[in-house]
Amino acid sequence: MSDDTADRLRGLVTELLGRHDPAGGRTGFLRARFDAGLAWVHYPVGLGGLGAPERLQSVVEEALARAGAPDNRPRRNSIGLGMAAPTLLRHGTEAQRRRWLRPLWTGEEIWCQLFSEPDAGSDLAGLSTRAVRDGDDWVVDGQKVWTSMAHRARWALLLARTDPDAPKHRGITYFVCDMTAPGVQVRPLRQLTGEAEFNEVFLDGVRLPDALRLGAAGDGWRVARTTLMNERVAIGGRPLPREGGMIGLLTRTWRARPELRTAGLHEEVLRLWVRAEAARLTALRLRQQLAAGEPGPEGSAVKLSFADLAQQISALELELLGGEGLRHDDWTMRRPQEPDLLGRTATYRYLRARGNSIEGGTSEIMRNIIAERVLGLPAEPRADR
Amino acid sequence: MTNLLYGADEEALRDSLRALLATHAPWRRTLARLDGDEPYDPVLWARLTGQLGVAGLPVPEEHGGAGAGFREVAVVLEELGRAVAPVPFLGSAVVATRALLACGEVDLLGQLATGRHTAALAVPFATAPDARPYAVEVAPGPALAGTVTGVADALPADLLLVPAGDGLHAVDARGPGVRMTPVVSLDPTRPLCDIVFSGAPARRIAAGAAASRAVGEALTAGAALLASEQVGVAQWCLDTTVGHVRNRHQFGRPIGSFQALKHRLADVWVELSQARAVARYAADCLAAGDPDTALAAALAQAHCAAVAVSAAETCVQLHGGLGFTWEHPAHLYLKRAKAGTIAFGAADRHRAALARLADLPAPARVPGVGS
Repeated sequence: MSDDTADRLRGLVTELLGRHDPAGGRTGFLRARFDAGLAWVHYPVGLGGLGAPERLQSVVEEALARAGAPDNRPRRNSIGLGMAAPTLLRHGTEAQRRRWLRPLWTGEEIWCQLFSEPDAGSDLAGLSTRAVRDGDDWVVDGQKVWTSMAHRARWALLLARTDPDAPKHRGITYFVCDMTAPGVQVRPLRQLTGEAEFNEVFLDGVRLPDALRLGAAGDGWRVARTTLMNERVAIGGRPLPREGGMIGLLTRTWRARPELRTAGLHEEVLRLWVRAEAARLTALRLRQQLAAGEPGPEGSAVKLSFADLAQQISALELELLGGEGLRHDDWTMRRPQEPDLLGRTATYRYLRARGNSIEGGTSEIMRNIIAERVLGLPAEPRADR
Repeated sequence: MTNLLYGADEEALRDSLRALLATHAPWRRTLARLDGDEPYDPVLWARLTGQLGVAGLPVPEEHGGAGAGFREVAVVLEELGRAVAPVPFLGSAVVATRALLACGEVDLLGQLATGRHTAALAVPFATAPDARPYAVEVAPGPALAGTVTGVADALPADLLLVPAGDGLHAVDARGPGVRMTPVVSLDPTRPLCDIVFSGAPARRIAAGAAASRAVGEALTAGAALLASEQVGVAQWCLDTTVGHVRNRHQFGRPIGSFQALKHRLADVWVELSQARAVARYAADCLAAGDPDTALAAALAQAHCAAVAVSAAETCVQLHGGLGFTWEHPAHLYLKRAKAGTIAFGAADRHRAALARLADLPAPARVPGVGS
């Protein structure tokens, strides 16, 4: 049965390639691919998909890659593809999905996420950005922080408080924010690596039509949970070959530079190699579970161990390099699209890895989530509910 | 392609095993056996092999087995570990069976597949897959002479497979010239014994490189699949501890609501998720005869043994005083887990193997330094 579907998908790819020259314009080709249902085959018909099993996506990707077709440069729009799309699909109206999903997928419109605030990090539901109803509009005032892509984004996923009298998780509404609207101001936020991947976003009397609301007023926390679950999968779920991640940099240096080797470092390299391979197989198993339609909670485990490993490996790499490990490449303020983990000096990797256990849910919060949602342990007594 | 999931047949096998073990191998019965003379449970073994045919799983159908494979064997080990069941499955149905498969000994395989006979490879339980401990000598006959210490699953065995001289030999464990002395063992649910051979009549079943390969494959299978038993041990420890901290109240609230305990259990769960992926990889490689099997086995024992220990130690600690008593089963799992860190070689030995298999060479010795 799935063989038949795979053959049908290959046939559709051949048809698409017959109608649209893959060597022509990228955007034109990507729009045609979306309209043919070959963008994400597990999405519904009419929204870039065919309602096919997600695991068959690889059939399409392989056939198009063989033909040299352009891809949608997924890393340019990782928040859009990884978090906004599943949230829009699940909670958007038909009109909202039709308006946003196509240019999102083709990369014509970049998305960002306006969630964290200076006073609402781990305790995200404590956010204080306000949205007040005014006729057919909402008027938004507040400040958001740690927003990657904000300076390139056309749209943002926005959480704002609409009912300050309701219990804090119930007074929140989910909006799509027009980043070109008057009153939206984006400033770079420089981080300890010297560069600015992220931004601060100031919202000052921003008027959003009610049509930009996602889900019911006051139901924003439930919608946000879809986004956050996908964030954890997006951050930790990429498949890698053996030694494909940061461990590969350490082992390449180890093999190429025998003069750096000591018995103590050898022991540590081997221990980290084992842990990295175990984490890689765990991520692979998670992907197989997702592809088989039995999503497991291992996503949070993968995210946790990825952060821990990145920190330990990058720290050991610095020590292995000795005096060379004291030389950094550049402290100037850059605006990278994503961290260049493999291309820069070991000092950069060590410093950037500190963020891995903070971004997308701190490791402490991840452990709470595992303990409460996976193991079913009771929550701590709280003063805010 | 590598499949790290469980198939429907494997899940069905697990359900049957779990039901049988819940009825016939409750931990109270296992604990009570420790004060008796016979730590292994022959009645349980007869049920497992007679009703479910577990001993025949890795044996091809034409030799009297079920022709299933080592993935299914791994599922059996998960459940036996979860129950710390006192049966010689690892020694007979995994290690000895793998050696006999390598030697093409179809008659002996057929006997083991029924479960009515069991066998053990007569090497110390701590032997790593890349070691070749030929401590026993061969006199004309052939007849064997020598001592092997700390052998697992040999006490109930009818047949011993003995690396001796330049070959691998089959010896009647109940025959003349064989004396087995039980060892008071760290893991009393898988007790060891010392074996003295003094002119024991033997039959050589493999010689030279073939014998060495058979022993290596047997120990590799043991190391690879012990990881699945360790997953079962860790799973029981986690489940039991979670159950306890949800119910136990101190300071007016369940102790499982304190973050210090929650984070510790979350870490055990993360480690267990990883151990499961590593153990499944080892079982899948072994089942498929994958060239990565030696690496997968070394990885399995470099990783999973410590996960089981950490889960068992957490289980003892979070049960507080209760976890320190003889009457609570946590110590059965702690002992099984800790013994597992030494079985088939300690983690350091497996990391050394990985250094070779993954091309991560040790530093060169500097001439003139040291000695």
